[in-house]
Amino acid sequence: MVMGESVHTVTTMPTARQSGCPFDPPAELIDARRHGPISRYTFPGGKPGWLITGYDLVRSVLADSRFSSRKELMRHHPTIDYGDFEVPPAPPGEFLLMDEPQHSRYRKPLMGKFTVRRMRLLSERIEQITADHLDAMEKTGPPTDLVTAYAKPIPAVIICELLGVPYQDRGSFQEQVDSFMNGETSDEDLMAAYTATQNYLAELVAAKRANPTDDVLSDLTDSDLTDEELKGIALILLAAGLDTTANMLALGTFALLRNPEQLAALRADPALIDGAVEELLRYLSVAKTFMRTALEDVELGGRTIKSGSPVILSYNTANRDPERFADPHVLDLGRQQGGHLAFGHGIHQCLGQQLARVEMRVAFRALIERFPTLRLAVPAEEVGLRSETADIYGVKSMPVTWDKEES
Amino acid sequence: MSPARLSVDRERCIGAGMCALTAPEVFDQDPDDGRVLLLQAEPPAAHRAAAQMAARVCPSGSITFHKPEPNGSWGVSAK
Ligand code: HEM
Ligand code: SF4
Repeated sequence: MVMGESVHTVTTMPTARQSGCPFDPPAELIDARRHGPISRYTFPGGKPGWLITGYDLVRSVLADSRFSSRKELMRHHPTIDYGDFEVPPAPPGEFLLMDEPQHSRYRKPLMGKFTVRRMRLLSERIEQITADHLDAMEKTGPPTDLVTAYAKPIPAVIICELLGVPYQDRGSFQEQVDSFMNGETSDEDLMAAYTATQNYLAELVAAKRANPTDDVLSDLTDSDLTDEELKGIALILLAAGLDTTANMLALGTFALLRNPEQLAALRADPALIDGAVEELLRYLSVAKTFMRTALEDVELGGRTIKSGSPVILSYNTANRDPERFADPHVLDLGRQQGGHLAFGHGIHQCLGQQLARVEMRVAFRALIERFPTLRLAVPAEEVGLRSETADIYGVKSMPVTWDKEES
Repeated sequence: MSPARLSVDRERCIGAGMCALTAPEVFDQDPDDGRVLLLQAEPPAAHRAAAQMAARVCPSGSITFHKPEPNGSWGVSAK
């Protein structure tokens, strides 16, 4: 950007994508990136701030401790006017919205539980879980909603196992969690479901402390973390790990079905799966926007970000930055450029990413192997997509069908 | 020309595992605390590109890739 050139201004976050382009970030954001990696943004109520859409700038903000994740500083939402509402600090254990050193207190004891190696050991169990769900789909027969039959339950079962939720509680627990995460619930029901989940997790923590079992939550009772903190950790694992993975599985399948030559290549060469998962992560970027607040004046991309300014980071637009990714709007499962921002970057980079990777590798492969004729059961335009205002992008439901084996 | 040399900062590491994923021959994660373990500080040529990529993608900047210098002294970080 040239000195003195006026900065592009975006006055409101788009609420919809362009029709016919369910996988592409809204046209307004692509357009903002075209004007430059950083735009001025006017928050509801008039507060000035910034919107960053360029890959390099998003990455450098995420690596810079002068930009805070603290919840109490995020007094400006991109689309909702909070008025004078004082945002409270993150409750104990909810480290996604904390800075150092509080963040480390929680992340450190968890790190060893989510290593590449540990998650690979889980893959056999994940294969079993996916096979069970495919069996059930086969038994019921087509058509079926891929979201409820496959994409949602697989990450849910896995999280239940990590947290050590006993079998008999899983049905009701998953229902509760689903109703506060699906973005479709009325405010009243949402609060009720949220409170019920909180209460259940508090009981679960107490139960694990009394009778530890073989799971992450029980392991953590062996640290100096309080029950209140453990409950917060459990909640953040649920909030961060369920909806994200479920939407990647459903939307990812949708994207594969809409790119039949790519799907055929993946079927023909299962070794493509690792790269395919990375490319789907980049291309879909379901965790699309996060925010930071400047703690001091920071020079960025030729602009001064004033202390206290809210900054919107568009991970999905950055993952389509043509200066970083050639033909960014093309789904290319064989793409070689790594380093996408779908899991973020910096100290908050996704803790569960190695788990999510194993889940996706196993679940995509098993699905396309089991049903070689898998296809949408409705025209593509009728697949119900989430609104842009939802935190996580994805499909609400996706009817699919397949040819039954002659036998 | 001296070989490329790597160093890691285990205090900075946030256990994201990008290194072990990108260059498994060069990095592992400690099974207890999830932090980076450097398996080879001077990776052979075959693993050098992967190690360099790992240094680039590490989200916490915990991996430093010292470029080989013609005069044999360790250069500054390649990042
Ligand atoms: C494909 C699925 C997933 C996606 C796209 C995703 C995406 C992300 C992103 C973008 C962040 C960083 C947020 C920021 O920059 O402020 C994050 C953080 C986090 N994720 Fe994930 N995630 C996924 C799956 C999971 C799973 C399966 C778990 C756990 C079981 C998980 C647990 C977490 C936690 C605990 C954090 C907070 C880390 C911190 O603040 O240090 N995620 N995730
Ligand atoms: S990639 Fe970086 S932060 Fe992640 S485990 Fe390796 S050294 Fe640690």
